[in-house]
Formats: sequence, C-alpha cells, structure tokens
Amino acid sequence: MDILLQQIINGLVLGSMYALVALGYTMVYGIIGLINFAHGEVLMVGALVSWSVIGILQGLGLPGWLVLLLSMLVACAVAALLNYSIEKVAYRPLRNAPRLAPLITAIGMSILLQTLAMIIWKPNYKAFPTLLPSTPIAVGGATITPTQVMILVLTGLSLSLLMWLVHATRLGRAMRATAENPKVAALMGVQPDKVISATFIIGAVLAAIAGVMWAANYGTAQHTMGFLPGLKAFTAAVFGGIGNLAGAVVGGILLGLIESIGAGYIGQLTGGILGSHYADIFAFVVLIAVLTLRPSGLLGERVADRA
Amino acid sequence: MTSRQRLIAILFASAGLLVLPLILQGFGNAWVRIADMALLFVLLALGLNIVVGYAGLLDLGFVAFFAIGAYMFGLMASPHLSENFPLFAAMFPQGLHTPLWLVIPLAALLAGALGILLGAPTLRLRGDYLAIVTLGFGEIIRVFLNNLDHPINLTNGPKGIGQIDSLKLFGLDLGKKLSLGDFELASVSLYYYLFLLLVVLSVLICHRLERSRIGRAWMAIREDEIAAKAMGINTRNMKLLAFGMGATFGGVSGAMFASFQSFISPESFSLMESVMIVAMVVLGGLGHLPGVILGAVMLAALPEVLRYVAGPLQAMTDGRLDASILRQLLIALAMISIMLLRPRGLWPAPELTSTQNGKG
Repeated sequence: MDILLQQIINGLVLGSMYALVALGYTMVYGIIGLINFAHGEVLMVGALVSWSVIGILQGLGLPGWLVLLLSMLVACAVAALLNYSIEKVAYRPLRNAPRLAPLITAIGMSILLQTLAMIIWKPNYKAFPTLLPSTPIAVGGATITPTQVMILVLTGLSLSLLMWLVHATRLGRAMRATAENPKVAALMGVQPDKVISATFIIGAVLAAIAGVMWAANYGTAQHTMGFLPGLKAFTAAVFGGIGNLAGAVVGGILLGLIESIGAGYIGQLTGGILGSHYADIFAFVVLIAVLTLRPSGLLGERVADRA
Repeated sequence: MTSRQRLIAILFASAGLLVLPLILQGFGNAWVRIADMALLFVLLALGLNIVVGYAGLLDLGFVAFFAIGAYMFGLMASPHLSENFPLFAAMFPQGLHTPLWLVIPLAALLAGALGILLGAPTLRLRGDYLAIVTLGFGEIIRVFLNNLDHPINLTNGPKGIGQIDSLKLFGLDLGKKLSLGDFELASVSLYYYLFLLLVVLSVLICHRLERSRIGRAWMAIREDEIAAKAMGINTRNMKLLAFGMGATFGGVSGAMFASFQSFISPESFSLMESVMIVAMVVLGGLGHLPGVILGAVMLAALPEVLRYVAGPLQAMTDGRLDASILRQLLIALAMISIMLLRPRGLWPAPELTSTQNGKG
C-alpha cells in the first residue's frame, strides 16, 4: 500500500510537469497545426538559465525559496524571448509552405538549441542546488519532499492563471477564435500574428517553469534533458486530445501516473523479466494504444476528415 | 536535354562513380569509408522516400527498420548466439555464419513484415500523429535493443554485437583487400562497389515504381486521400505496401551496415538518425529521386568531410567547438536555412512547383 501511495505521489508530480509542457504543445498545435519540436529545448534552456542565475545569486545570502523564485522568473523571461524569436525566424515565414517544411525547421531548431546549449554550458551534467529544505514530509505511509509540494502548488497556480487567461480575457478569446478558424478570426479584427506570438510566449513560460522544477526535482540539468520530457509531453497532449487545454492537463497527469505506477510494478508483474528500464516505453505504448482506439484523444472531439 | 546528351551525361557520371574510390583510396581509406556511408544513407533515403515522398506518410521511426536489418545480420553472422545459448553452441560450434544470400532476403522480409505490422494500427492517423507514433515505435525498438541483454542475452545490450562477418560474394571476401597483380583494391572500395550496385538497383526500382500504377496510386493518396479513395484506390493496402516497401529498403541497408562496420550497438540507431534520414529526403526534394540522392549525399558526406578539415578549430576555441559539435551545428543550420529559402527542397520534383499550392 505504501509503495502504491508513493508511486501515486511521484506520478502526480511527474504528471504535473508533463501537463505544463503539454499545454505549450497543444496551444501551438491548436492554432497553427505544427508540432513544435523545439518545445522540449525551451524547457532545457529554462532549466539551464535558472541554474546560471542561481550560481550568481547564491553568494548574496538570500533565502533559498527566493533564489529559486528569482531564477525561475529570469528563466521564464529568457524562454519567452527565445520562443518568440524561434516562431518569428523559423515558423512564420513558412506559414503557407508545404506541411513538412516547418516540421523540418522545428527539428532543426531543436538540434540547434541543443548544440548551442552544449557550447554555452558545456556538455557535463550540472548539479542543481537544493534550495528548499530536503526533509521529506510524511503523508500516510509515503513521503513527499518540499520540492514536490512546490511543484504541485506551482502547477496548480499556473493552470488556474492559464484558464483565467484563456477564458476570461480578450487575448484568450482571440486565441480561441484563431484556433477555431484563423481566417474568420482575422476578419473579426483579431491579428493572427500577434495571437500566435502570444501563444508561443505563454507556452515558453509554462515550459520554463516545468524545466526549473524538473531540474530542482531531479537535482541535475544538462543540454539533452529537454528531449524526453518534450516527447512525452507531446504524447500527453495527444493522449488528452490535441488542441484541447483540459485534455493536455488530464493527459499529462495520467501519463505521469501510468509511468510511475508502471515502473514500480512492472518487475513484479512480469516476474522480473522486464525491469524499470522499460519505464520510458510506457508513454509510447499508451500513445499507440490511444491513437489506435480513439485517434482524437480522451477529450478531443471527433472530427471528420475534411476534403 | 536530348536523349543523346542525356546518354553522354549518364556515361560520364557512371564513369566518375566507378573511378571515385580508386582516387579516394590514394588519400586514405577513411575517405572511401565516407563515400560508403554516403551510399548507405542514399539507400536509406530512397527507402524512406517511398513512404514519405510518394505516399506522403511521415515516418520518424525509419531507423527502426535499419536497426532490425542490422541486428538480424549481426545475430545470424557472428559468434554472439553460440556464445550465449548452449543450444546454438551445440548446433554451430563455430558460431552462426549464415551466407549473404539467405540473410538479405530474410532481413528484407522481416523488416518489411514489421513495416506492415507498424503500418496497420496507424492507418487511420493523420500526418502529424503518424509522425509521433512512428517516432515512438523507433524509440521502443531502441529501448528493447538496449535492454534485451537480460534475462536472456539476445542483443548484448549497450555493449553491442561485435565480430560480425564481412560479406562474401562468389567466394570474394569483401572484408579483405583484393590484389590484382600490382594493383590493390582496399576492402572499403569493394564495399563501395557493392553499395553502388545496390543504389543503382534501388534507383531503378524506385524509378519504375514512380511511373507504375502503384506509384501513381501512392501519389494520389499523398495529394488527397479522400479523392484517391473515391477513385477506387484501395488506400489501406496501398499505404501498407508503402510502409512495407520502405521498410524493406531499411532492412537491407541495415544488414549491409552491420557487415560493413562488423560491430553494431543501439547507439547507431538513435532518433537522431531517423531525423537525419527524414531531413535528407525533405532537404533534397520530397518524392524526386535526384533530389533525394543529393540530400542524402550532402547530409551524410559533407559533415564527415568537415570532421577531417576542422581539426584546428578545436584548439582555437579551447575544445568548446570540436568537429562533432560543429557537424551538429551545421546540420541544424542547413535544415533551417534550406527550408526557409527553398521550402520544397533543393531539387524538387518539377511538376509540383507550379501546380500544387501547398495546403496543410
């Protein structure tokens, strides 16, 4: 029982990070129909920037949580600027190009960012300092670290802010309108380019928050750290129904739970034949299963092919 | 170009290709190796071109079929199985050394079957979903290759399989150099001719496919699946056929790769390789054979050449910018800039440029 509860807590923490990244994918896909392959790299840049900022701030004698918060703010700003420029340079000129062209520039951007990060930050694994108290809190037989509590709280906060933004502001309405039909939205006075830029900025901020939390949770940061979370977050977005914000959150959290519980029990279930190294394939097995059984995702609407 | 001029051009090109390894050999075998790898990548790109270029199905896990071919050959022509399984050791005390003529059709068959198997559940998916599912499939294969060293040691895990046989053709061992009187042909050059032969064969097959009923059906599906269906094309079978054919190419090149390197490990079959193959096809010109070949040669060979030229750079930048980093950087920049400047690729198919309006 304790193991199960522990895996559920870990799964929720992992899942909420996936959810934050998945939101970025789903918003971009919903509006311009592009898999932004470089999104995982935005997470990585966020984590590495905050690592550098922490290195500068640590000597000043500020409390740990404040250092983490400040570094997160800087990371969000850098990531937002980065994602804004990526869209402007690599995706916008290809708005009307053949479908594969922006996908290739996105993959190119992802490789480029990884390489640049490797040149700037060197390829070694960087120890991410523990800034919050590390004594775990007991929760009915299982434990949760203060960092994990922070992750859950911050995710909840970001999600509520995003929901408010999308459902109660002018920008949010413009975003929803553009996602539904860019041409008609433009006729109604929405400027699609501005909306798309805003979408990339919001996605980047969420990814940067997730990146800092990822690094704080696992205690390391490196230039390749963005790839797998990025891929799984996309899986989560598809799982929940791509283009659907609530779906991304549900998909992310479910995927985190499946992965964490699956990795905890796969050894027992298969009599030790398959170990927890196989945790990484859960995401893909889930993805293939979902797409085969329900191609539009859990919460996605069924749309007929348009000729 | 008149047919006479074209004939002369083809003659010159083939003469050049035939003499190339002899010239490169003079500069060192490493250069011939680069040409060999470029040819292998051409083979892979031609295979992927069937799936992505003709049928319009974006496959980001193509390297999985390459891996399957390679591991197939690795297992069937190395001491690995006999060392690890008493049963095999009893049957083949010298290790399993299956001849080429058996392995190649088997690799083609197995990869093709897996291609169809993967294709089946993804038939209903639209382009981008398909990309992610195939990507996931590629990763699953890699995770398995990495972890199948226990409880039974099938793939030897991250350590990889070594001592794979070199290819033997009509009693000629491609792993040893061939002496013709005073003149010596290095092993890499022998492989070059084999790969060249395979590439020429594949180009012929692809060219014939392109004009055939099947090829036209694929292109119809690519342009508009619903319309193709309405015209009586069995889209399901055609898509599966595309997957299978493409995977077959991947499997055969994998077998070639394994014997050429005589060592394989999961590292050679990462997602990055899949991405590179897609990039070759798209950068060169989707669905256009000369373009695909150009893209493959460019992306495979140029960075390798750079590796030899860019030695001093590392010293200049304190080791921050070594050749492999520079290679990655250049590939990324090439992918972005070529797509921005020529969204249809460097050498696109002529009839597409004016008529199609590029709608998502």
